[in-house]
Amino acid sequence: MKVFCVAEYRFDELNPLSIELLNLANQIKGDGSSEAVVIGKDVGKYAEELAKYADKVWKVEDDSLENYTPDLYVDVLLQLIEREKPDIILVGNTAQGGEFAPYLAAKLNAPIATDVVAVDVSDGVKASRYLMQGKLMVDLKLKSTPCVLTIRQGVFKEGTEVGGEIVDAGIKPSRESKRKFVSYIEPEVGEVDIAQADIIVSVGRGIEDESNIELAEELADLLGGVVAGSRPVIDNGWLPKDRQVGISGKVVKPKLYLALGISGAFQHVMGMKDSELIIAVNKDPEAPIFGVAHYGVVADLFDVVPELIEKLKEIKGA
Amino acid sequence: MKIIVLAKHAPDPESEISVASDGKSVSQSGLVYDINDWDRYAVEEAIRIKEDKGGEVVVVGVGTNCDDTLRKCLAMGADRAIKIPVDTSFDAYTTAEVIKEAIKDEQFDMIFAGLMSQDLNNAQVGVLLAAMLDLPVATAATELKVEDGKVIARRELEGGYLEEVELPTPCVITIQSGINEPRYVSIMGIKRAKSKEMKEVSVSPSISTLEIEKMYLPPVKKAEMIEGDPSQVAEKLIEILKERGLI
Ligand SMILES: Cc1cc2nc3c(=O)[nH]c(=O)nc-3n(C[C@H](O)[C@H](O)[C@H](O)COP(=O)(O)OP(=O)(O)OC[C@H]3O[C@@H](n4cnc5c(N)ncnc54)[C@H](O)[C@@H]3O)c2cc1C
Ligand SMILES: Cc1cc2nc3c(=O)[nH]c(=O)nc-3n(C[C@H](O)[C@H](O)[C@H](O)COP(=O)(O)OP(=O)(O)OC[C@H]3O[C@@H](n4cnc5c(N)ncnc54)[C@H](O)[C@@H]3O)c2cc1C
Repeated sequence: MKVFCVAEYRFDELNPLSIELLNLANQIKGDGSSEAVVIGKDVGKYAEELAKYADKVWKVEDDSLENYTPDLYVDVLLQLIEREKPDIILVGNTAQGGEFAPYLAAKLNAPIATDVVAVDVSDGVKASRYLMQGKLMVDLKLKSTPCVLTIRQGVFKEGTEVGGEIVDAGIKPSRESKRKFVSYIEPEVGEVDIAQADIIVSVGRGIEDESNIELAEELADLLGGVVAGSRPVIDNGWLPKDRQVGISGKVVKPKLYLALGISGAFQHVMGMKDSELIIAVNKDPEAPIFGVAHYGVVADLFDVVPELIEKLKEIKGA
Repeated sequence: MKIIVLAKHAPDPESEISVASDGKSVSQSGLVYDINDWDRYAVEEAIRIKEDKGGEVVVVGVGTNCDDTLRKCLAMGADRAIKIPVDTSFDAYTTAEVIKEAIKDEQFDMIFAGLMSQDLNNAQVGVLLAAMLDLPVATAATELKVEDGKVIARRELEGGYLEEVELPTPCVITIQSGINEPRYVSIMGIKRAKSKEMKEVSVSPSISTLEIEKMYLPPVKKAEMIEGDPSQVAEKLIEILKERGLI
């Protein structure tokens, strides 16, 4: 198999997921090759990093490629794919990869599977992915090649160095981008940095209503911690944006992460899985959060939290 | 400004989920359907733009049983609906394809889709449709500014960062949750929706590019479960915290 891996970088740093794509490519290439593609204005330093893990690195350079746009990424990738004929194109399942990969697939008339966590090439190309926010899994067969797979971060971390060559692809965009990059906007900063907290009481949609945030605050105060939340809690405006844990919020590693009424969707878990101690309270015994928690309680949080508060008050009072 | 919004009638992942006896699909029993959460935000955003600038909002749904969701969108304030009564036991590619076919006579400035569906989580249909129509696209929009002939969109990146991009119309935008606060459906809205048009457009889908081999419950490593009544649970949790020096 000839496996293409489209690299991603931002703010001067290669996304580690780009190397993970190559790890996967090296696992499945058989007697084929793992080939990274890195697109931009001046990508030499990324190419060097990638070359450690790739048989070949294709550099696609042009001034108009300085900032990512899906239009031009797809334009140059189509040219390169047409010429080099890879069997599989791997892309990171990120804000960037998740955007241009389906576009590329449609233009190639190629099957695509997104957010893939396992790939099997023993009999055609098969990919496994989750459905229903992590509650089900499906094995899919992609019926033809070339095919496009976007890969979940953190799954293919293990790999060995290969040491390949860097080649200028000699490809230029064939047109101007309709979409223009304007600027990056930094995250808002609030008065509390949850990433610095030792103890986090985190609430999800299970907290049900803004008025119940108080309950979490009381518990957090007694524990000497701070309150954070999952995305729906922030989307609803119950907590400020800088309290959001997860892929589009903050990554936290506290000594204690108490997850109350959080289902454990991947995008949330990526922001808290490295916490030293994770305790989850959820009324659904099948909630995926119990897959990352060290201790789990299947219960209504409105039964357990008041009890905890009472007992902590007793301890403090004594 | 004419905006087409794609709205999926989708099972809530919080409903009871199991694999059907064929081992390849989700069992329908226990599933509770509603408008895909991301699409609520997309419909709201389109209605707000219409309220501000005038124009029309057309919602499109694929599926034989998607009426409830389309009616809900009409009750929120969309002007009319297009139903594509094709059952969606096929991939996102085919969904995009039938939508493309069904809207071919509509002149529009923008198409909004949700960033992803709450059940299958593919995050593909909007982008595939953009590619099929050869239109510029922006995904995961958390803020939109609509001007003459162009849209300025803020897209969500990782880690709380955003990217601002500018697109000419017509274009396709996928909407991230939290972009606005979707309105509740009012009694008046429901009444008004009854007289709004819901047109069925029949389209035959082509062959799928994917085949489902197997569907199953994912293997999970389980946490150590703490049992007991709430008071006993609280007691045990406090013990654990004490052992770790956390209290
Ligand atoms: C591009 C992208 C980025 C995203 N980024 C993030 C991110 O940064 N952070 C994030 O969190 N999410 C993010 N998400 C959303 C993510 O996919 C999930 O939708 C979200 O994490 C779900 O939040 P939740 O667990 O609070 O809600 P739900 O999934 O609705 O879960 C609520 C849980 O509460 C339980 N519950 C309900 N009532 C009670 C009760 N009384 N007692 C106990 N338990 C109860 C239920 O059993 C359920 O498990 C992102 C999604 C996308 C597509
Ligand atoms: C592995 C797999 C299993 C499937 N299993 C089932 C199944 O068990 N039952 C079933 O009914 N279908 C199933 N389908 C088909 C499915 O319902 C969709 O039509 C298709 O896969 C679109 O993907 P998605 O829902 O994840 O959309 P995404 O690409 O995640 O959705 C993004 C946006 O596209 C729009 N959109 C998506 N679908 C529709 C729609 N139907 N109508 C209007 N707008 C839409 C919405 O705006 C949505 O927010 C399956 C597809 C696949 C690939």
